[in-house]
Amino acid sequence: MAKRIDEALVRKVAKLSRLDLTKAEVEEFTEQLSAILEYVEKMNELDTTGVEPLAHCLPISNVFREDSVKGSLGTEKTLANAPQRDGEYFKVPKIMDSE
Amino acid sequence: MRNELLEMGCKELRDSISAGQVKSVAAAESVFERIEKYEATVGAYISTFEEQALRKAGEIDKKVSSGEAVGKLAGVPIAVKDNMCTTFGATTCASKILEDFHSPYNATVVEKLLAADAVIVGKTNMDEFAMGSSTENSGLKKTSNPWDTSRVPGGSSGGSAAAVAAGLCFAALGSDTGGSIRQPASFCGVVGLKPTYGRVSRYGLVAYGSSLDQIGPITRTVVDCALLMNVISGHDLNDSTSIDERTAPVCDYLEKLDEPIEGLKIAVVPEFVCGADKEVQKAISDAIEVYKRLGSEITEVQMPHLDYAIAAYYVIATAEASSNLARYDGVHYGHRTENPQDYFEVYSKSRAEGFGKEVKRRIMLGTYALSSGYYDAYYLKALKVRNLIRGDFSKVFEKCEAILMPVAPTTAFKLGEKIDDPLQMYLSDIYTIAVNLAGIPGISIPCGFDSNNLPIGLQIITPAFGEEKLLRIARMYEKETSWHKKKPEIKK
Repeated sequence: MAKRIDEALVRKVAKLSRLDLTKAEVEEFTEQLSAILEYVEKMNELDTTGVEPLAHCLPISNVFREDSVKGSLGTEKTLANAPQRDGEYFKVPKIMDSE
Repeated sequence: MRNELLEMGCKELRDSISAGQVKSVAAAESVFERIEKYEATVGAYISTFEEQALRKAGEIDKKVSSGEAVGKLAGVPIAVKDNMCTTFGATTCASKILEDFHSPYNATVVEKLLAADAVIVGKTNMDEFAMGSSTENSGLKKTSNPWDTSRVPGGSSGGSAAAVAAGLCFAALGSDTGGSIRQPASFCGVVGLKPTYGRVSRYGLVAYGSSLDQIGPITRTVVDCALLMNVISGHDLNDSTSIDERTAPVCDYLEKLDEPIEGLKIAVVPEFVCGADKEVQKAISDAIEVYKRLGSEITEVQMPHLDYAIAAYYVIATAEASSNLARYDGVHYGHRTENPQDYFEVYSKSRAEGFGKEVKRRIMLGTYALSSGYYDAYYLKALKVRNLIRGDFSKVFEKCEAILMPVAPTTAFKLGEKIDDPLQMYLSDIYTIAVNLAGIPGISIPCGFDSNNLPIGLQIITPAFGEEKLLRIARMYEKETSWHKKKPEIKK
C-alpha cells in the first residue's frame, strides 16, 4: 500500500502546526499518520452525496446578550502567567528584522 | 468509625453531615488518610489540597452546628480532573506546557461544586489534554488501575476513575470527548456519565474537541451520579453552547430515580455485543437478561454507520484540537523555550518542548485534515459521516427508549501494551465515540468482572436531554445487582 504522506509533507504540516520536530519524530509520524489516514479513508466506502455536513449536533444558534460594561481580569492577573514580562507588557523576541 | 465513613455514598454522607451526625472534617481526614496510604501506588492525583480541604470542611461543620443551611454536597470530598480551571493550585492538563499554569478564574463546574459546599480534595491525572484512552499519555505521572496495578485505569479521565475506585475521594468530575469518562469508569468498576452536549457548562474546561467535549460525574453509584448532576447541570451565559432552560429544563435527577420505567423498550445492536471479548459479551448478555426480567422489551437493531465513527472522530476531534491548541504559543502563558533565535522559534520550540507525542500527533493529523487541498476529502467528509451517525441513533430512538452496548471491547489492558501503536489505542474507543459525535448522553455502570477480577462496564445510551430517564434505567439495574459494591484490594 502506497504511503499516504511522505516526510516532506510531514515537515510541511509540522511547520503549519508550529512544531519543531526532530528527525526521528518526522520518520515516526510519517509511518503512523499514514497508517491512521489509511484507516480514516474507510469513510470513502460511504456515499455521502446530498448529506449535510454536521458541525454541531444540537440546534445551536447565535446567542445574544446586552452589551453592558462588566469587570475584567485586570493587568496583574492577566500577566501573572506570562513567561516573560516587561512592566505592563508581555515580552517577546523582536518580530521585525533590524534592516 | 473511619472505615464506616468510607462505605457511605455521597448522598448518605451529605445527609449525615447536614444533620450533624458526621463531621465534614472527619470525612476529609479519612480520605487524606487513604491518600497517604495508597496514592503512591495508584497515582491518581497531580495535586492535592489537604490544608484547604480541611479548612473548608471545618467551615461546613461550623455552619451545620450554628444551624445555617448547607449545600447539596455539604462536606463531600470530591476530585476534579486537571483540565478544569481552578484559582487554587495549578491547572496542568497533565502537560509540561501548562505545568506552572495558575488559572485566574474557576471553571463554572468548580464554582458550582464550591457553592454546593463540596470539599475539593485534589486534581486528577489524565492523558495530556485529554488525548488518550489509558492515561499513559500524561506528561506528568503514571496512574495505575486499583484493581490490578500492572494495568491502565483507562483514559483520559483515568485519575478521576482510579481515585473514586480506590476510595481516594467520594466522587470526581471527568470530561468525555470520545469516551474519556465512560471507558475509565468501566475499567475501574465505577459509574461514569457523559451528559448531553450542552447540559453542563464547559466554561473553564480546557478545550480539546469543542463540539464533542462534555464534563460529567464519576461516582460509585448511580444515586451519587444523579446527585452530582443536580449540582453541575444547567445553562451558563459564559458558555454559548450550553443549553438554556427553555429548550431543555434541568430537573431534579434524584426525585424519581427509584421509580423503574414500565415496559421499557431497549435496543441492542447484535454485532456490537459480539465484537467484544467473550467475557465482556457474557456480562452484557447477562445484563440484558436482567432488564428482560424487569419487564423490558428488547429489540435487535442495525446501526450501519457506527462502524465509521472512529474514522470520523479522529478527523473531527483532531481538526478541532489543532485549532484549539494553537493558543499554546509560549507568548502569554505556559512554557516558553529558553533561547529562541527569533519569534518563530518561540512558537515552534516552545510547542515542541511542551507537548508530548500524542498531542503532537493529533495536532499534525488535524492540521493536515484542515489544510488546503485535503479539507474536503477529510474534514468535510467526516462532518457528513457524523450526520449519518446521528441519523442511525435518531432512527433507533423512534422506536426504542435506550440502547445497551458494551463500553469497551475489553477490560483494562496492561500498562505499555498499546502505547506504541496509536491506531490500536484509537480502536479501543469503538463503542463510546459515536455517542459524542451524536451529542447524546451515555453512562457506564458496573455489570460484572472477568476471570482476572477486572471490572466490566455496561453502556446505556438515550436521546439528547434524556438524563432523567437514563439515570432511572441505570438505577433499575443497580438495584438488582451488587457489582457496584465490590471494592478493589489495592496491592503494591
